Amino acid sequence: MSEKKQERVGVYVCHCGSNIAGTVDVVDVAKWAEENLKHQGVVVSREYKFMCSSLGQELIEKDIKELGLTRVVVAACSPHLHEKTFRTAAANAGMNPYLCELASIREQVSWVHTNKPVATEKAKAVVSGAVSRVIENVPLDEIKVPINPNTLVVGGGIAGIQAALEIANAGFHVYLVEREPSIGGHMAQFDKTFPTLDCSACILTPRMVEAGTHPNITLLTWSEVVNVAGYVGNFNVTIKKKARFLKEDLCTGCGICQEKCPKKVIDDVFEAGLGYRKAIYTPFAQAVPNYPVMDKENCTYFIKGTCKACEKFCPTEAIDFNQQDQLLNVDVGNIILATGYDLFDARRVSNYGYGRLPNVFTSLEFERLSNAAGPTGGHVVLRDGKTMPKSVGIIHCVGSRDKNFNNYCSVICCMQGLKFAHLVQEHTGATVYNFYIDMRTAYKAYDEFYQRVLEEGTLFVRGKVAEVTDAARYSNEKGKLIIQVEDTLAGKQRRIPVDMVILSSGLQPRHDAKEVGKMFGISCSSDGWFTEKHPKLDPVATMTEGVFIVGCAQGPKDIPSSVAQGAAASARVLDKILQKEVALEPIKASVDEERCSGCRICNGMCPFNAISFVEDRMVTEINPALCQGCGTCVAACPAGAIHGTGFSDEQIIAQIDGLLLRNLEQVGA
Amino acid sequence: MTDQFEPTIIGFTCNWCSYRAADLAGTARMKYAPNVRLIRMMCSGRLDPTFVLRAFSGGADGVLITGCHPGDCHYMEQNYKALRRYLLLKRVLKGMGIEPERVKLVWASAAEGARFASETTLFVEEIRKLGPLNWGKPVEIETLQEEISKAEEVPA
Amino acid sequence: MTVNGSKPKFAMYWAASCGGCEIAVLNTHEKILDVDANFDVVFWPVAMDAKYKDVEAMEDGSILLTLFNGGMRNDENERLARLLRKKSKIMVAFGSCACEGCIPGLANLSPVGEIVHTAFNTITTDNPNEVYPRTTYDVPEGELHIPTLSRLLRPLDQVVDVDYYMPGCPPESHQIAAVIDLVIKVIRGEAELPPKGAVIGVGNSTVCDECPRARNVKLIKAFKRIQDIAPVDPTLCILEQGVPCNGPATRSGCNARCPQVGAQCIGCYGPAEGTLDYGARLMTAFASVIDANTPDEIDKILDGIPDPTGQVYRFNLAGSLLKAAKPAWEK
Repeated sequence: MSEKKQERVGVYVCHCGSNIAGTVDVVDVAKWAEENLKHQGVVVSREYKFMCSSLGQELIEKDIKELGLTRVVVAACSPHLHEKTFRTAAANAGMNPYLCELASIREQVSWVHTNKPVATEKAKAVVSGAVSRVIENVPLDEIKVPINPNTLVVGGGIAGIQAALEIANAGFHVYLVEREPSIGGHMAQFDKTFPTLDCSACILTPRMVEAGTHPNITLLTWSEVVNVAGYVGNFNVTIKKKARFLKEDLCTGCGICQEKCPKKVIDDVFEAGLGYRKAIYTPFAQAVPNYPVMDKENCTYFIKGTCKACEKFCPTEAIDFNQQDQLLNVDVGNIILATGYDLFDARRVSNYGYGRLPNVFTSLEFERLSNAAGPTGGHVVLRDGKTMPKSVGIIHCVGSRDKNFNNYCSVICCMQGLKFAHLVQEHTGATVYNFYIDMRTAYKAYDEFYQRVLEEGTLFVRGKVAEVTDAARYSNEKGKLIIQVEDTLAGKQRRIPVDMVILSSGLQPRHDAKEVGKMFGISCSSDGWFTEKHPKLDPVATMTEGVFIVGCAQGPKDIPSSVAQGAAASARVLDKILQKEVALEPIKASVDEERCSGCRICNGMCPFNAISFVEDRMVTEINPALCQGCGTCVAACPAGAIHGTGFSDEQIIAQIDGLLLRNLEQVGA
Repeated sequence: MTDQFEPTIIGFTCNWCSYRAADLAGTARMKYAPNVRLIRMMCSGRLDPTFVLRAFSGGADGVLITGCHPGDCHYMEQNYKALRRYLLLKRVLKGMGIEPERVKLVWASAAEGARFASETTLFVEEIRKLGPLNWGKPVEIETLQEEISKAEEVPA
Repeated sequence: MTVNGSKPKFAMYWAASCGGCEIAVLNTHEKILDVDANFDVVFWPVAMDAKYKDVEAMEDGSILLTLFNGGMRNDENERLARLLRKKSKIMVAFGSCACEGCIPGLANLSPVGEIVHTAFNTITTDNPNEVYPRTTYDVPEGELHIPTLSRLLRPLDQVVDVDYYMPGCPPESHQIAAVIDLVIKVIRGEAELPPKGAVIGVGNSTVCDECPRARNVKLIKAFKRIQDIAPVDPTLCILEQGVPCNGPATRSGCNARCPQVGAQCIGCYGPAEGTLDYGARLMTAFASVIDANTPDEIDKILDGIPDPTGQVYRFNLAGSLLKAAKPAWEK
């Protein structure tokens, strides 16, 4: 035993009403701690109904002041709930907050065990472990780092645009990075939005223009983030600005190059494969920015070395075939990921025939058909480009709520299916069937929209469609697509012949979500959506300080929810920017250079690049600003030269001894 | 109280996944065996084999190590380092005559409260079958003759 | 620190050991004359004739410095440990056996009865009548005793209070010389003794600190035996060449003697400062740098260390947290 001055420890056991006291004899635990842990320095041991209440906290504060406590253990609920509460109380009384430890005897004892004597004994062991541990705690101070007021928003869909505008309007600078040539995201592809049937482009484009012209927003389209380094308040981000092959400052957006370009390419991004674009193109008329982009892989000049029509006809000589990709480095304090979703590939549901049967369409394809600016001028027609359907079947839950594909519900497909029903009838007067499992129309004016579509004469069949086929059995099925379904409400199998089938395909995470997540230091759930900090109480933050997730990147949702999340994240970012500095938990590793032998075994342990080797001194160094406090290097060091605060060897060993009641053996207890 | 052997098990959890899974089990009032006493670390990568050995030499009959699923570690890849250490530790324990099954590594995400509870209960039963480790003070030898004669019954 | 004007007393004793520590002291060459000049050597079985009763007759605390090497294997070892502890002011656990059990500690892998049984019944020993040693025996002249084995081999500090530790198998002669110099200075009042419990005759770090080999970020894809990688690259870290070298976890002080001549460190200088379990430090060092993430791949690489217990506990088994293998504990 070292010659340390003995600490004065206060133990507080919470009843939590009957949540703990119902299963653990808290009075006994408090008494036991006072009697048996006296030799470790326990000078007071109390129990109280609700320690987290102001009266409970005052108990602790009073004892710290009057009894000169140097350590506090609160045996109560999970530290994830109230560690901060009690640490703040300790700090209010003048004790370093990191000298206060929580012992969980609720989530880990009273709520999960039933035998009262056994639970009480376990609670005593837990308290013993916490007391032994807290004695080894050392005072720590939060590390304050300055916040760079710039923000990076990745993804220029509606959520990203909302977030960017909120921050820019508050007077702070935003870098808005978008992979496609224009911002707007999927919302720019839609025709009308539910439930108001607003024209999607009409409500979106003003926002796009505002974002494109805002003095506080640097718009970087046709660009991607390739590297992220640093930590909250101080990120350094590398952005690859892909070559557009034209000089933006000279381009007036006149569109002559597009007109004159002889090369037609199927537009499988914006037009969902239903229309054409040129090799030099803007994705849609209201694109922001409105200068085009050259598709190198389809440009005659890049393929054969001839043409250059765009260059010939450009009135401002803006075309530049020699332009290179650029790498930009920006420093930002916070990052908002608004990378959106990918549409579920309906070809995977082979029994629905998408990709095989020409008149089966996906939701995005239908949006383009219905859109007046789309490839068919707003005419809802079959794949032949001219025939109007007389009957249309709309299938819900394609690829969603299905263990074979995606188990989750994609949230918007029911409303989308109803919207399609309305639009089909409006455009064609066709008979419309909607095939659904459940009707999910939860939000404001959503169910009313459903009722409206019902009243408009749409026919609803409750049943999961088994098959869409062109194999006609009866004369009325010839030349049609037959939807085979069990009508569960009528208790019958049905074969319903239609001219056109629209699949309300589900939403899924972007194909590269995992890699993107890794680059920004966040993780994905098992479904592949980015993981939020807390599903109920913190849906836009992530476990990584300074990185936020909004919109469909966090999970399928509708436009109002995406907008709300974009605004929510911007509020969080502004909150950080306005505080000017952020406090980091002082759970860090550091190297005792005297003891470090320079073996470099720890050098491969840090994914955050906090560990570096100093060649001229042959020792390893750890950058506390980059260190995330995982402790892996502390455990790896064979010389024991790396010390980790907050979870030191001394603390953990003491806790092990305490939990096994070894600390009692020293007094023969 | 039954006469059956009640194992004492130390469980190491990681702050982001398995500790939250334990909390979730608590919030959902899932019941599991009371034999495990948990220690929270920031990451399973903090696991030093010393902790496991201290637990065994301190009276634990089993050690449960839990962390995030591979690929889901909050610190990216540190749970792989825990896995590597765990596998070597098991081999050394075996060489020390301790059943390697007394230490077990289980992955549990923050949403898997039920899994945490069931794995804990399962591990308790596994240790119960193995019996107590009884790592105590060595008993003094009565006579060397007795020790030698006992050895004759033990295959070399 | 002279006692009554006469030279301070010095003792050195060997318990369960090989004699190498004594030889290491003698290997200090001329330095041994300094010992003779500055001390009155009162008890050193290898070097002079003295009996246990001579030690018993000494005043308590009258021996200034005792270098005690060897582990506690039997009751004679323990008796002398306690006796010399009583008679000495400063007791140094000298050498790996006394510090951490060393090679004799490997006996702790087996029950003691099995050890004796094997020793007297190996393929090189013909013992058809199964004659084993008896610790007491009646003869006409009286009762004869030979020391009884304890259940486990224990390092010195598990039996008596130890003032200082000098690890090594054996401690390097240049380190012994340095310690002798220090003690002489202390006697003359020119230096302070280190704090009690200190490890002396060592460096501040681990063997890698003294090793001249180049080291990089380690990613081990396979563990091999040193003869399988021959010729050993003389400039590169031996661990990086795939041979498990205990240097990263072993106390410095020997000048990385073995790696300097192309052999991996086997760890005779014991753990680094503040280590609870030497084997654990090696386990974490070797495992952390394995370049694989799936159990199958990791296991395959670990197969390259066929005796991991021996690899990590060769010298330190008795001094480790577990102290012994389970069969040795069980009755």
